[in-house]
Amino acid sequence: MTAVPVHRRRFFAPLARVAGGDKLVTAALALLALLIVAAVLAPWIAPHDPDAVDLSATLSGSTPEHLLGADQSGRDVLSRLIFGARTGLLGPLVVVIVSTVLGMLIGVTAAWHGGVVDAVLSRAMELVFSFPALLLAIILVAVFGVGLTAPVIAMSVAYAPYVGRLARSVALREKARPYIQAYRVQGWSGWVICVKHLLPNIAPLILAQSAINFGYALMDLAALSFLGFGVQPPTADWGAMINEGSSSLLQGAMLPALAPGVAIVITVVAFGIVGESIADRVARREQ
Amino acid sequence: MTEHALEVEGLRKTFGDHVAVDGVSFSLPPGGSLAIVGESGSGKTTTARMLVGLERPDAGRIRVGGRDRSHVARGRATRLARAREIQMVFQDPYLSLDPRVTVAACVEEPLRLHFSMSPAERRARRDELLARVGLGEREADALPRRLSGGQRQRVAIARALATRPKVLILDEATAALDVSIQAQILDLLAEIRRDTGVGYLFVTHNLALVRHVADDILVLYQGRVVETGPTREVLAAPEHPYTRLLLHSVPRPGWDPARIAADRRALAAALKETPPSPASADPLRHVPETNSTERSAAQ
Amino acid sequence: MTGRLLEIEKLTVRLAAGKAARPILGGVSLHVERGEAVGLVGESGSGKSVTCRSVLGLLPEGASASGSLRVNGEDILTMSSTRLRELRRRDVSMIFQDPRASINPMRRIGDFVTEGMRAGGVPQKDALKRAEELLESVGIREPGPALHRYPHEFSGGMLQRVMIAGALAGGPRLLLADEPTTALDVTTQAEVVSILTRLRAERDMGMLFVTHDLELAAAICDRIYVMYAGRIVEAQSAEGLFGRPRHPYTSGLLAATPRLESDEPPHGVPGRPVSLAEAPDGCAFAARCAHVRPGCTEREPVHREIDGAQVACLRAEELIHD
Repeated sequence: MTAVPVHRRRFFAPLARVAGGDKLVTAALALLALLIVAAVLAPWIAPHDPDAVDLSATLSGSTPEHLLGADQSGRDVLSRLIFGARTGLLGPLVVVIVSTVLGMLIGVTAAWHGGVVDAVLSRAMELVFSFPALLLAIILVAVFGVGLTAPVIAMSVAYAPYVGRLARSVALREKARPYIQAYRVQGWSGWVICVKHLLPNIAPLILAQSAINFGYALMDLAALSFLGFGVQPPTADWGAMINEGSSSLLQGAMLPALAPGVAIVITVVAFGIVGESIADRVARREQ
Repeated sequence: MTEHALEVEGLRKTFGDHVAVDGVSFSLPPGGSLAIVGESGSGKTTTARMLVGLERPDAGRIRVGGRDRSHVARGRATRLARAREIQMVFQDPYLSLDPRVTVAACVEEPLRLHFSMSPAERRARRDELLARVGLGEREADALPRRLSGGQRQRVAIARALATRPKVLILDEATAALDVSIQAQILDLLAEIRRDTGVGYLFVTHNLALVRHVADDILVLYQGRVVETGPTREVLAAPEHPYTRLLLHSVPRPGWDPARIAADRRALAAALKETPPSPASADPLRHVPETNSTERSAAQ
Repeated sequence: MTGRLLEIEKLTVRLAAGKAARPILGGVSLHVERGEAVGLVGESGSGKSVTCRSVLGLLPEGASASGSLRVNGEDILTMSSTRLRELRRRDVSMIFQDPRASINPMRRIGDFVTEGMRAGGVPQKDALKRAEELLESVGIREPGPALHRYPHEFSGGMLQRVMIAGALAGGPRLLLADEPTTALDVTTQAEVVSILTRLRAERDMGMLFVTHDLELAAAICDRIYVMYAGRIVEAQSAEGLFGRPRHPYTSGLLAATPRLESDEPPHGVPGRPVSLAEAPDGCAFAARCAHVRPGCTEREPVHREIDGAQVACLRAEELIHD
């Protein structure tokens, strides 16, 4: 740790702060970092081509050649898992970015203006809330066709109210604080106050929620792939892999379905831990 | 007639059915010091918020330096003009500074907004303001969380003075501070008034404090002005029963809190005589408290 | 049942914060006699609230205490948790600063007031009857129906009366009041204080009244302890303290308090109050003191008795602050 050069220490500082010496959080962060590295470097680190068929290894179980075995088509499960991390992380990333930006915009606007604007935006958020996300996704798939686009758009819309509701309540509290009022008395426009002072101060809490949302979005997108509405075979995707692997379960081969399942669970939990820890830190700072 | 720094006439504000401020009028001469005194719910904070444009008055006139400021500013120019005339220091030193902005930046922000200065001029003016409130370079680089409550309140004062306002509203600005620090801040405020000629509007519940900082006093009760006049005279011979109640509530050697019950009775009687104002028409909690104290005193 | 109602001797409390255990109280000694009202006055960080709470065995998380803390001769610090619970229920009660934060908002007022009695085995019916009497004694109109109402239906002043009623339920000999009127309006403060002093006199209770307001303490207490940076710097009768403060901090505090009856404007004490953890060697007040001498920063001044006053100042004899 002490050997980390100064310029890198600056880069890692926020992460170290989030971890705060907590072993569990550090482990979760390390796991997520590993996952991201694996996704980015997939072509170089995957032992096999994810689509390469080795019929001799079909449902082989763990062998030195195929560490996590091969699926019913004889494709290497580990390699598919590594490549699957790409769609597995990219989809939720887009969902989280879009829903966070959208939610913050709606929530802060509602809180700042209050009155009619607040009423309209809040009702709109409730409307989206009351609509099941998966159903929305399936409808959009019917419109746009199968693939990652429709589910990602649907999830972005469906997750925005979660962020929006939180952003609204936090912004309401922050808006009532004297420092925001002092800026109003100084003569700053509402727009400048929101962007320069209100947003940065509520951002950590929103980001905590978004980190948790990342896990859920990953799970929902995997579910859509599993149902056949999302990423289409033969592209490697965790949800689709569970679907394809489920038939092999009957033949006694656990790994093709189990490995992506475990990957999803671990990733979701890791994002949950990181999100909670950011929220805890914010709560401590508030005191 | 001399020009008033601040002139308020018939100010009124309702929240739903509740009349928070009802027909409040007063004026503050340039460089004067006026205290608005009352308890929670008296409308003193709402009045202050209307003066700086944080609330919109339902009726009434606000004139600052002779210009009408009755309406919440719409355009940028009026917003800035108002901000240059009247500023405010808030009660809670821990929440009135942006936790992410350093002291130096906090004081420079209004300078950047209101004046076209070169960076060097701005820095010089910032240092002057900070020195004015007794803060040095070490504090200038710090974030608010590194500062004590008293230091934060000094920053808030420096920030408010940055626009060279004619009137500074101090909304319980020393109430959250330790006594020994409060006195330091009061000293500082007196000095600033002497040097700059800024007028003060103290919003407070502390009569002992008012005695030493304000030339004139305005007592608010349930949104209405019940007594006003030079501080010295009002405190020496209060005329309204509510003013007497407030005065007798201040702890001091030889204090008899049991006397408060008698004051409450006098106040209730006085309110019965005068027809109830719209402000006191709704069942306020003061009434049951009056009765119960009578009972407990009778035991 | 022997000894003083409350006797604290050389109470030292250390916070367990990481490696360095920071002290927050340094050898606090004080006592409260039966039926006596004693004030404990100090600014932020002085340790007045920690001292008060420690009487109920409520120390900050992970803190360690040394010294002794006896109620009726029994040491709180070595007491079994069963005995401590019993003591909290029957002998010592506490009134907190913010009634709204200290009373469960989901439970009825009756539940709050009778809680301790029911835990002590008093039948529900008797407990409610007693609660009604208590609410009446703190000046709550229609105490019967009030028992069935919720905290949010009461104003702050009324709720503080309810808290006093709850504190009196166990028939305590000692009342601990931690800034009980700080969150209230001035006129409400006066009423709550008058109720508190009346009930204390009627029931012959001892009271430790913690406040930052020297005037308030002087108005209702017989004796006053002044705390600074985790230590007691002066102890005197209330009149003595106002007439002839012995410690420079006390006189500084008095001079800083704005007075209604005096033309003398308040004078600030330079610097800011520190906690014991931040305090340098020697007298913690030395850095702010106008009468400081080289010797002051060398060792901690011991308590000495001068004309019935306990003072911890090297120069107490030479300096008399009128």
